[in-house]
Amino acid sequence: MSTIMQPPTSTPPPKVNRIGLSLAQYKGADSTLCAGCGHDAITAAIIKAFYEYGVEPHQVAKLSGIGCSSKTPAYFLGQSHGFNGVHGRMPAIATGVMLANQHLLAVGVSGDGDTASIGMGQFVHLLRRNIPMMYIVENNGVYGLTKGQFSATADFGSKAKSGYVNDLPAIDICALAIELGCNFVCRSFAGDPKQLNALIKAALGHKGTTLFDVISPCVTFNNHEGSTKSYKYAKDHEELLHEISYVPFFEQINVDYKEGEGKDVELHDGSRIRLRKTTHDYDPTNKAQALNMLRSCQESNEFLTGLIYINEEKPDFLTQLRMVDAPLATLPQESTQPSEADLKAIMAELM
Amino acid sequence: MEIDPAELDTALAKQFKGKAKAVALNQQALESGRKFAQENLDRQLVPVRCRRMNQTAGKIIIDGNSAAALGCMFAGITVATWYPITPSSSLVETLADYMRDYRVEADGKATFAIVQAEDELAALGMAIGAGWAGARSMTSTAGPGISLMNEFIGLAYYAEIPVVIFDVTRVGPSTGLPTRTQQSDILAIVHCSHGDTKHIMLLPCSVSECFDMAVDAFDLTERFQTPVFVMTDLDLGMNNWMSDTFKYPTRKFDRGKVLNAEDLNKLGAFERYRDVDGDGIPYRTLPGTDHPAASYFTRGSGHNEKALYSEKPEDYKNNMDRLARKYDTSREYVPQPEVQYTKDAKIGFLAFGTTHWAVIESLDQLQREHSMPVSYYRLRAVPFTKHLAEFFERHDRVYIVEQNRDGQMASLIKLELSSVLGGKMRSIRHYSGLPIDARFVTDAITAAESAEAAGKGAKK
Repeated sequence: MSTIMQPPTSTPPPKVNRIGLSLAQYKGADSTLCAGCGHDAITAAIIKAFYEYGVEPHQVAKLSGIGCSSKTPAYFLGQSHGFNGVHGRMPAIATGVMLANQHLLAVGVSGDGDTASIGMGQFVHLLRRNIPMMYIVENNGVYGLTKGQFSATADFGSKAKSGYVNDLPAIDICALAIELGCNFVCRSFAGDPKQLNALIKAALGHKGTTLFDVISPCVTFNNHEGSTKSYKYAKDHEELLHEISYVPFFEQINVDYKEGEGKDVELHDGSRIRLRKTTHDYDPTNKAQALNMLRSCQESNEFLTGLIYINEEKPDFLTQLRMVDAPLATLPQESTQPSEADLKAIMAELM
Repeated sequence: MEIDPAELDTALAKQFKGKAKAVALNQQALESGRKFAQENLDRQLVPVRCRRMNQTAGKIIIDGNSAAALGCMFAGITVATWYPITPSSSLVETLADYMRDYRVEADGKATFAIVQAEDELAALGMAIGAGWAGARSMTSTAGPGISLMNEFIGLAYYAEIPVVIFDVTRVGPSTGLPTRTQQSDILAIVHCSHGDTKHIMLLPCSVSECFDMAVDAFDLTERFQTPVFVMTDLDLGMNNWMSDTFKYPTRKFDRGKVLNAEDLNKLGAFERYRDVDGDGIPYRTLPGTDHPAASYFTRGSGHNEKALYSEKPEDYKNNMDRLARKYDTSREYVPQPEVQYTKDAKIGFLAFGTTHWAVIESLDQLQREHSMPVSYYRLRAVPFTKHLAEFFERHDRVYIVEQNRDGQMASLIKLELSSVLGGKMRSIRHYSGLPIDARFVTDAITAAESAEAAGKGAKK
């Protein structure tokens, strides 16, 4: 048998981002979630947005609680430290991580049960403190790991796969977040990767908690007729607040649009988020309007997506603490242990 | 009573400051009283004398919570997260006061973060998050807080995260007697959380040990990557005690087995939960380490040596066995007991924490009143050390004295000893909520010894 020499194939160098990393370097382990799960689409959106933004993977801390959504940090950014804690308690862990090292970029992934039921207490206090981190709620209205019980974000009147009808009102995570002082609140849909991509990149430039309420259908337990968190329902009822595009700080392009067509919001990192008007004349920096809009959409069963509220002025918790610039975690003994003379002085006061 | 009249005048002047008339009137009353006493009272009837002495020169007065707070500051803690609860609240409050004085740089920036959390769950969660990210972190609480922290404690044990937890014990169960003292959290702590766990407990008896053991606790928690509990109680924590001045901790902090980017460059690879050194203690990296091999995924679910999710029986068992090995290693590192073998003693006391003060006074009473020599083993930490079995071997009976109803430390010691040695164990328990006193101990041991003697007589 003879072999024919093949001409050498020229492999083009892999495409890299502004810090020289390829898309593959932002990936994680293979997902073990059900095929078609909305969470996997969000994972993909995180990978793409972090790659495009050029985030340093080693600076990221991935955090989660317990549930299907909380498994996902294993599926993105394999070169980042991850911490899958206990049910509903990711906010406390995230807070501690950021106290220890304020230079980290914390990405928290949670679910509707993890956030709006067992973790509600910690969630509201995280928002109240304005801990700088990205907090993504992968919201499917249902407990997936325990096979289909309603969560606290299930809409009133929606039907479970088992046939039960939910007779309790849903907790609106976005309205709650705005009330509690969160300064970056958005709602999106796992089936709208373009919008999600722009929002994630915008969030990377915000200083403070960024809250994502992402409707992420559960294909196994909440994607049927009668569900209000299914792909079909979300597509049929999605109401875009605005068309969102993102202009990163490292490639500023000046494209002006006509008066009245939309609004630009400049983020803390110098990036801009560009909101083009749809049918709504909406100002996401107006808190009262944001809350009214959420309420009216809830009443008319519309699934509102977009950047609902943003305020770039408010300080975050770490700034308020006035810590030294270096991470507390690695301060040397010379900086953290007062001197023997100090102890003597204290002892003298106690005599 | 031989009080110096000048001292009384000073006290009067202070009490009635600015009221010359009141001072003069009271001085007259005092003078009359003194005269009457000198002429009419038998001096022998007043057993107390009051003289100026200098026995307290060079001593300090401080409560255990403040002493522990100072220990934390000199241990270089960087993150403290807590939730108010009696009797532990003043620990972090005092810490915050000291830290503002001694741990703020010239530019006004702090080398620490202290956060009052929304509850004890969050308080410990934050401390664990900070410990995971590399800070010397701590929280402080009492029994009810420990109950709330249970789930997180198991996570920190299994995922191997350093954190120091102060338990200033009060009377339980439930709300119990929140302003009274007890040593009743021993069993709740030592195997705290669900599943198989074992925890390190430090047991200070004095304010100076609150200081020293606070310092020890941070070295231990970072060395062993596991929660370390410092167990005090209300009596020690909230009351003022006289003490010698505290000794400055001169040793270098033990930050444990942490690999940085340079280490990873040399090693090439790293496995989070592998027992490289045979002591059960694995290596860790901190988030933010600029090296592609640094990252790993921390989880409370089953994991293998590479920190990957695993339900394999051999991975689970391998990990649990290593954790037990790690705990065994800590026996050599924890504060060792103070053992006093008294000449001719056939019996011994074993006590810990504030019970110490009742026991040492009781030792004197027993010698003076009953000529009864008794040895004394002061336990200073759990896990136990090799000295424990030896102490039991060398005595006929060992009385474990503690402040709880069920003899919690006695139960724990029974698990540790052989059945023969365990048979030598006796238990003295005080649980009224008031601090144990020497007379109680002396009466209890003499009654028990009489009963032993009578029992032996009956057998013959």
